[in-house]
Amino acid sequence: MHLDHSHDGPSAVSADAHRPDGTRRALRVGLGGPVGSGKTATVAALCRALRDRLSIAVVTNDIYTREDAEFLLRNAVLPPERIQAVETGACPHTAIRDDISANLEAVEDLEDAVGPLDLILVESGGDNLTATFSKGLVDAQIFVIDVAGGDDIPRKGGPGVTTADLLVVNKTDLAPYVGSDLERMARDAKEQRGELPVVFTSLTGQDGVAPVADWIRARLADWAA
Amino acid sequence: MRRSALLVLADGRFPAGGHAHSGGAEAAVKAGRITDAAGLAAFCRGRLHTTGLTSAALAAAAALGHDPYELDRAADARTPSLALRSAARKLGRQMTRAARATWPCAELDALAAAFPRGTHQPVVLGLAARAAGLGPEDAAHCVVYETVSGPASAAVRLLSLDPFQATAVLARLAPEMDQVAERAAAAARQGIDHLPAASAPLLDIAAEQHAAWPVRLFAS
Repeated sequence: MHLDHSHDGPSAVSADAHRPDGTRRALRVGLGGPVGSGKTATVAALCRALRDRLSIAVVTNDIYTREDAEFLLRNAVLPPERIQAVETGACPHTAIRDDISANLEAVEDLEDAVGPLDLILVESGGDNLTATFSKGLVDAQIFVIDVAGGDDIPRKGGPGVTTADLLVVNKTDLAPYVGSDLERMARDAKEQRGELPVVFTSLTGQDGVAPVADWIRARLADWAA
Repeated sequence: MRRSALLVLADGRFPAGGHAHSGGAEAAVKAGRITDAAGLAAFCRGRLHTTGLTSAALAAAAALGHDPYELDRAADARTPSLALRSAARKLGRQMTRAARATWPCAELDALAAAFPRGTHQPVVLGLAARAAGLGPEDAAHCVVYETVSGPASAAVRLLSLDPFQATAVLARLAPEMDQVAERAAAAARQGIDHLPAASAPLLDIAAEQHAAWPVRLFAS
């Protein structure tokens, strides 16, 4: 038998902050939220805003297609070798929370192939208000909702709204057309989240993703410290 | 007797990537070969006695301590479909990660170093069983159970099949699962050259077609 010698294999601990060679790995940020709230558009905008200064890669978790990965490719926000799609067997929340093995392989493969990386964005497929990322997979998570999905979503809470490190309320430009009350959403979110931050975005405007990009820069500064 | 460790390894929630694979059920559903519980039972029975037996014997051989390099080659030789070899290695890599975190040991570390892109999943499962203090029969039982439980849970999602009926299908197959597992373990005890090579050509062909679909729910 070839394998009966002892040796120091690469780490088996998923949340380990270091790569097998001892270097610090990339910061991993998860983006979750309901279908259509603008997760992929936010990822694309973040890549455009941050790619000149940072080495970035993206993992997508589509439900049944490669559409999110293909949207990012079509819009050329990153070179194709920096985008990887994970197949989720009809259950995106399983792949980001209960069984993170495929996603961990994707982030490690990206670091091996195009690293060193500063930041890996892990996008969940559109799911429901209970979807959260495992701490074994990401270092911080963003939950993206939008004003057109109903201004009662912050009040309803749920693990995504309540516990995400950053809550993004997207599509504020649509609020007047769908009768959403932004102040009420901010108030309800504050009640659910306490001191955890909330930002409002409209990606149609110039540099609309800036509040999210600023938050990620701050997380990166903490990560590198 | 390490019955509880066996339950941990056999649990469908064991985080080793199986949830994203249908074991051929998605292709069979689309082709109209599974439409109800009876079709699921027939599909599972076929899979159990073909690839199930072959995979279970590989796992039992790994649990007995046979050389993983030899078993990797034996598994390749028994898996004509490239799509299924790729899926088996991908799942093997995920199983290696999960097993090393669950039952840390030098043998699993060495396996990860020897096969950084993964070896066939049943081989890894056999070594995981070994690391958990389990024997070849245990490893074979795990494999035969996931051979049929994977398609059953996929069919529930794909067909909105009654979950009670799907579970009843598994329960009725239990005596056959035991027989196949015993056969697999007995073959493994005779050595690598005696491992069975039963296969299901339709599963191989359908897997190749499925891998080329642009839109699908499951990875295989």
